[in-house]
Amino acid sequence: MKHDIERYTPSQRSNHWAVAILFVLAALSGLALFHPALFGLSGLFGGGTWTRILHPFIGAAMFILFLVLALRFRAHNRLDANDRQWLRQMNDVVHNREEKLPPVGRYNAGQKVLYWVLVLCMLVLLVSGILIWREYFSSYFGITTLRLAAVLHAAAAFVLIVSIIVHIYAAIWIKGSMGAMLYGTVSRAWARKHHPAWAKDVERK
Amino acid sequence: MATQDVIARSATTTERPSIREIGEVAKLIDTSKCIGCKACQVACSEWNDLRDEVGTSHGTYDNPIDLTAESWTVMKFAEYENPQSGNLEWLIRKDGCMHCAEPGCLKACPSPGAIVKYANGIVDFNQDKCIGCGYCITGCPFDVPRLSEKDKKAYKCTLCSDRVSVGLEPACVKTCPTGAIVFGSKEDMKEHAAGRIADLKERGFDKAGLYDPDGVGGTHVMYVLHHADQPSLYSELPNEPAISPLVSLWKGVAKPLALLGMGAAVLAGFFHYTRVGPVRVEEDEAEAPGATGVHQVDPAVHVVDPKEPRA
Repeated sequence: MKHDIERYTPSQRSNHWAVAILFVLAALSGLALFHPALFGLSGLFGGGTWTRILHPFIGAAMFILFLVLALRFRAHNRLDANDRQWLRQMNDVVHNREEKLPPVGRYNAGQKVLYWVLVLCMLVLLVSGILIWREYFSSYFGITTLRLAAVLHAAAAFVLIVSIIVHIYAAIWIKGSMGAMLYGTVSRAWARKHHPAWAKDVERK
Repeated sequence: MATQDVIARSATTTERPSIREIGEVAKLIDTSKCIGCKACQVACSEWNDLRDEVGTSHGTYDNPIDLTAESWTVMKFAEYENPQSGNLEWLIRKDGCMHCAEPGCLKACPSPGAIVKYANGIVDFNQDKCIGCGYCITGCPFDVPRLSEKDKKAYKCTLCSDRVSVGLEPACVKTCPTGAIVFGSKEDMKEHAAGRIADLKERGFDKAGLYDPDGVGGTHVMYVLHHADQPSLYSELPNEPAISPLVSLWKGVAKPLALLGMGAAVLAGFFHYTRVGPVRVEEDEAEAPGATGVHQVDPAVHVVDPKEPRA
């Protein structure tokens, strides 16, 4: 609509979706190697050996594109006093009592926490992933380091996957959000309801 | 071996066929009888058609210096000055897969059936199903499996499972000129070891004993050691080998808990949606003053936006 506000530029959207696609591929191939019940997922990648070959490259590509995305959005994700108050009122958040929450800027505290959790997980995944990448790197490290890396890789991947489940659910839950990432725009009413401080900023310009 | 004799299989969570009662076998390596001739290394490469690269001398008798994907057994020579007797002892150990009753490699392997354990106790790699991830190396308490540079598959001693399945002893046993390596049922080998240990104790090695570590449920390759109280004297043979707690965490409790956690997150979302419901923006709010104030248009003008969703 003409009155809509642009929330994401085309490059930001492409960047986001490139990371999203790589995340899905990395998660499916990683889960195949994590639990026997999910080994069948390796079929999507051309079998177990191909899954083993491809997974680290997918992960490395995901990290690089995620880094670009995270740098684009870093200025909007600093947590402040309002955010801490918002997090304390988690009960109001999950019961849709948005009017009771402190005014939210471009991102709410939940989104900011997600941002930092993703940054942390991605860093742990990158470092531990390089360590356990047998083909090129593992021979440089000791066995205890590799075992620890394997555990941390699995743990960070678990936190990342659960975080993304929450992220996707939030987009389904809060109607009007999906459009922001699909077409780039949100309605003014949406902005005023969910991100009043941001909406005020945008409308002032 | 018949497939019903596979009693454990990597990346498999259900029970394996296990009604047939087959006796466990074991290879017993008597370090006190070993002369370090390396005939076992040669026999291994001969029987298994392995030709490792001819390397360079590292200034010791160890050649190659360590196990490789094409050297499944290697003699390791350690010089030990015995503080009690003042003697210089040459402790020679034939290194290779220990064929653990609870194999760390099998626990760590993500590819179903790439690592199997037979009812007779032999742990075997199936390179056809190996995906080359190297998790077996991470899982092994003895640092045995090796990934081949050539084909990116993991290899290790098979305990000559092909020979044993037709009633022959492993190639290294067949060739050992001093009888330091013997093969038979695990029970018989323990008995044989007991005799050897009694003999060693009589000769002054009062700490002589059998290496069949409980930490991995016992092994199907056992050593008679003169210094059973200090296995690490024998080129870093682990004193108390066990599957690392990190590996147990990673390939044990973490697996079902993580799946449960992910499933629970999805279900929590679904139930939240059906109980609390979605958050919608009242579109009336869009017409609130301020929004329309900026974009006054003549009522006669109809703005048509092709992208606008039509309800």
